Amino acid sequence: MSQISTASVATGGSAPSGPRRSERTGRLPNWALWACFAGAAVVVGALWPVFDLNIALFVLYTVVLGTLAVYLLTRTTEGSRRATDRLVTCLVVSAFGLAMVPLVSLVWEVVSRGAARLDGEFFSSSLVGIVGEGGGAYHAIMGTLIITALTTLISVPIGLMTAIFLVEYARGRLKRAITFMVDVMTGIPSIVAGLFAYALFAIFLGPGIRLGIMGAIALSVLMIPVVVRSAEEVLKLVPNELREASYALGVPKWRTIVKVVIPTAIAGLGTGVTLAIARVVGETAPLLITLGITNATNVNAFDSRMATLPVYAYYQLTQPGVPPQFATDRAWTAALVLIILVMGLNVVARFISRFFAPKSGR
Amino acid sequence: MAKRIDVSDLNIYYGNFLAVEGVNVSIEPRSITALIGPSGCGKSTFLRSINRMHEVIPGGRVEGKIVMDGQDLYGPDVDPVDVRRQIGMVFQRPNPFPTMSIYENVAAGIRLNAKKMKKSDLDDLVERSLRGANLWIEVKDRLNRPGAGLSGGQQQRLCIARAIAVEPDVLLMDEPASALDPISTLAIEDLMADLKERFTIVIVTHNMQQAARVSEQTGFFNLNGVGQPGRLIEFNPTEKIFSNPDEKATEDYISGRFG
Ligand SMILES: Nc1ncnc2c1ncn2[C@@H]1O[C@H](COP(=O)(O)OP(=O)(O)O)[C@@H](O)[C@H]1O
Ligand SMILES: [Mg+2]
Repeated sequence: MSQISTASVATGGSAPSGPRRSERTGRLPNWALWACFAGAAVVVGALWPVFDLNIALFVLYTVVLGTLAVYLLTRTTEGSRRATDRLVTCLVVSAFGLAMVPLVSLVWEVVSRGAARLDGEFFSSSLVGIVGEGGGAYHAIMGTLIITALTTLISVPIGLMTAIFLVEYARGRLKRAITFMVDVMTGIPSIVAGLFAYALFAIFLGPGIRLGIMGAIALSVLMIPVVVRSAEEVLKLVPNELREASYALGVPKWRTIVKVVIPTAIAGLGTGVTLAIARVVGETAPLLITLGITNATNVNAFDSRMATLPVYAYYQLTQPGVPPQFATDRAWTAALVLIILVMGLNVVARFISRFFAPKSGR
Repeated sequence: MAKRIDVSDLNIYYGNFLAVEGVNVSIEPRSITALIGPSGCGKSTFLRSINRMHEVIPGGRVEGKIVMDGQDLYGPDVDPVDVRRQIGMVFQRPNPFPTMSIYENVAAGIRLNAKKMKKSDLDDLVERSLRGANLWIEVKDRLNRPGAGLSGGQQQRLCIARAIAVEPDVLLMDEPASALDPISTLAIEDLMADLKERFTIVIVTHNMQQAARVSEQTGFFNLNGVGQPGRLIEFNPTEKIFSNPDEKATEDYISGRFG
């Protein structure tokens, strides 16, 4: 909530010099604003027994009442322009707070329930021969890593080349057609991607087939359009002047792309790819159909079923066995590991964009 | 080395839009030719058609002939990439490659084309080019720093060094000093006077004093109105253009009556 005070300081510097209609020159101390909210909290707290409130309603009423008080107080002492400024600041901060509620509560829930089993055994053993306590998700973690790596291996070349084609070569109709297809692909529900891969392999290998590579192909259907889109945006940002500078040195177009355009855009490309990986690493539905689940470790993507973290979490939760407690714990820990993985990828993306960004050297 | 360029009946199009019409001109080797004229009259368009950069723009095409020492630049079996190796270009805004160091920027023409060259030869070439661009003394201690870290005027001289490092026959410059301060401008003008010993130089400029100072020949481009094609109105020795031009329009433009 410190935004309120900084905003008022920031706008305070640019106060108009000449007197204006309805503009009062008073200046509220910062604590007065906090006092408004504190007062609102006290008032609402006093009304709690009367209206039988709960914590959510308490916060809601306090924010509304506090904002109103800040607005009125500012209006009477500092004038209507400052009052509007404060009102909007309060609204923006409240909206931000509202947006944070699901995120924080989700992370809190997963961490508090998943931390119990975040131990060495979880990372080192599979579920072979486990009934009840113990066991881990080594097989699922390996599966997720392998499938994600395969997906990246398939999607990144195809996606990058499509983006390069769109930005550097395609014109007119063809370009519009490809862009349209990519848009359509972006909207494909993940279960449909799974069914596609399943149907494709069922033609050749018969129904009931489960292979790691099937999952990688299903995920590629989801990942390729994301890679194309982000790479396209980044390549478009490369100034045309650099391409022309290269052409003017007698460098052919394809060399210009490989040696000038891509190196200039590498930070954005890396970030885009990493975020695309983060997007597919938690996909469940297509893997449910194409990989199934297994209790044993299988690291061969071309041979039979494989476990992955999201599917693992799903089965641990829906088919926990008796007593359910141990499997449920494992499910939460799997979810936690997945979140850590995605957050790690986001950190990597930031690191990439900082590390590879063109340096000005000043 | 420096070559002469003969342009005959050149029409330049953007799609269906005729931007420049009927240019006939001979550009002398080892001299500086300046092109002046109001904005939008097609100076840049004409310049870019000389090294076949014009066709890089979608819809860009050219009718007519440009011959360099007997070689038809728009001949059916001529590779535009080869033409650009012989005719270098410096742009209005300095555009060093942001991912490359000063050294790599100068060596870009060699490295990007994957030409094999011994390290010591390449070092020599980089030093020679930077000296040629009057930049060596300023950057010799920081060749491995990014080219984007230089000042605007230094960046432009870096771009000139990059252009002359591939040893072209002709150097085209499109308002090379218009984004620079007076001191950097002077540095670039001095440099042009040196470079004309080795290259044929064509420079577009908005600055008439600059044209008068540096060039031997001057061409005046003009257009009759918006949407009309630009034309080369007059092409004469610079002295004549600025003292006693043949055309009324040239005189009006030079004396500041329009444009
Ligand atoms: N990329 C382009 N596409 C279409 N028309 C262009 C393009 N660049 C320039 N033109 C047009 O060509 C004409 C000449 O432009 P230009 O050569 O840039 O003029 P100058 O350099 O003399 O100011 C102008 O009418 C301009 O609108
Ligand atoms: Mg121009």
